[in-house]
Amino acid sequence: MLSKSQARAFFLGGTVVTFLIFIGLTVYSLAPGNDQTNSENITPQVVHGKELWEANNCMGCHSIMGEGAYYAPELTKVIDRRGEGMVKAILMSPVPWEPSGRKMVAYGMTEEEAEAMVEYFKWIGEIDLNGFDRIVSPLAKDKVQPTIND
Amino acid sequence: MKYKSQKVAYWFFALCMLLFVLQIVYGFIMGFARIGMDGLHEWIPFNTARAVHTNLLVVWLLTGFMGAAYYIIPEEAQRELVSVKLAYVQLISLALVGVAAIIGYHFNYWEGRKFLEIPRELDFLVVINVLLFLGIILLTLFKGKRQTTTALVLSMGLLFAALLYLPGMIWFDSQVTDSFFRWWVVHLWVEGVWELIMGGILAFLLIKLTGVDREVIEKWLYVIVGLTFLSGILGTGHHYYYIGVNNIWLIVGGVFSALEPLAFFAMAMFAVYMYRKGERNHPNKLALFWTVGASIVSFIGAGLLGFAHTLPQTNLYTHGTLVTAMHGHMAFWGAYAMIVLAIISYALPNLTGRKRYNNFTGNAAFWITNIGMLGMTVAFGVAGVAQVYMERKLKMDFMEVQNEISIHFVVLIIMASLFAAGVIMYIMEFVKYGKPTDEALEPNND
Repeated sequence: MLSKSQARAFFLGGTVVTFLIFIGLTVYSLAPGNDQTNSENITPQVVHGKELWEANNCMGCHSIMGEGAYYAPELTKVIDRRGEGMVKAILMSPVPWEPSGRKMVAYGMTEEEAEAMVEYFKWIGEIDLNGFDRIVSPLAKDKVQPTIND
Repeated sequence: MKYKSQKVAYWFFALCMLLFVLQIVYGFIMGFARIGMDGLHEWIPFNTARAVHTNLLVVWLLTGFMGAAYYIIPEEAQRELVSVKLAYVQLISLALVGVAAIIGYHFNYWEGRKFLEIPRELDFLVVINVLLFLGIILLTLFKGKRQTTTALVLSMGLLFAALLYLPGMIWFDSQVTDSFFRWWVVHLWVEGVWELIMGGILAFLLIKLTGVDREVIEKWLYVIVGLTFLSGILGTGHHYYYIGVNNIWLIVGGVFSALEPLAFFAMAMFAVYMYRKGERNHPNKLALFWTVGASIVSFIGAGLLGFAHTLPQTNLYTHGTLVTAMHGHMAFWGAYAMIVLAIISYALPNLTGRKRYNNFTGNAAFWITNIGMLGMTVAFGVAGVAQVYMERKLKMDFMEVQNEISIHFVVLIIMASLFAAGVIMYIMEFVKYGKPTDEALEPNND
């Protein structure tokens, strides 16, 4: 029958071993040779876009790479689907964008801010997502005529 | 209660109740917005309501864990807390930081990173607060007459939870790396160290309520937390499938997260077996209900419903849909909310000296909240599966799908109303108990 000290050894041993493997895999997957993000394309404009993304908690409604709040559309490959002009117009609009009755906050961004957001979305759109991009943004691949509901 | 300083736990539990109610209010704001009733949009847009809803959940659960620790550690260490005054300072500062963060969310003062929206400036205050809490708990433990496994597991969980908060404070230029380390905090909290805290509280409650030998309970506690880490640490990989990192995580995350239900299954078996084995007929049946209930509902919510969409082949379609909300609601409810409500139900009669065991309102609260949460989970599940099918199989437009599934949010709101009624009953009982008193001190027979 298992003793308490054996149970403790199982807990401590299992934890240490799996944590070390986890660290090893983290180092491996973040190594430059395994980069799937085209990190060399992260320009100051892309970083500014990420700052705006966080400062306005866009993830509180939208999702990106599948992460977010599922209240508003997934924005991976949004530029492919909707085009730069439309994305910029929505971000710069002084009145709330209201597709199918669901309101978005009117951010009234400047041209420079909206461009940074577009660059950020473009960079996201080029990331290799292990096949998820084809499931979540099929319109981007097929170039189907966009509707006004997105 | 056995030590006067345990009274401080009551005030942490009271703060829990307040924050829990607020969390539900913001949940309703989101539910109504989803069926087109968004009259508050100008002041509380969806992203504000969501940040408040999820952050209040985290804060009230952490407040509950802290209250549990202030109640359990003196009894386990067999001594008073090293400083009651500092414990109250910690409580007040925790409440202030929490309130500041919540107010800030209404004025665009946040960091839009799912679950970790607290701005970095406030993060530092959180760290100071948690260090103070850990100082009080760990000093009490190590100055105590004994260091039990239950107390050590609970303290280890709290210490690791504090350490794991740190990777979430680092700035990364890349959204991918940012997400990667955000999961170090969120996943390794809820599917790792929080389970240690849950296990510690569960073991304490089972020892007290069933009368089963401490050595037996603590031995199995080690096995359960061992299984938790064995599956949960590498199970982090299920968040890495489709966020732009190496596909090695598809295999590692798939295999190990498929094992995660084992830990919850073991926890449920452990609680049920100890309950049946126990010879002590403790009069606080309500606390026993919440305790055993937590282990069973967490197995269903966190274990089974988690497994339902954790395999990469399934997750490819369910990632970023309402299926996640289905699993999330029942998992947090079963694993963490119910265990906090269990320790409160156990501690209240002891802190106040009023042995109001097994009253109607308390029993009704248990069943109504659980039935309500089950209904909410089903509503989210149906909406989620329909969303996956229409959006990702039939390639329908996002808002077109949202309109199709909005009826399920009507069901959600009805079920959430039932759930909220149960929570109100629980809080009514909490209030009826009154405040803690020194007259409730019992002789220490340990």
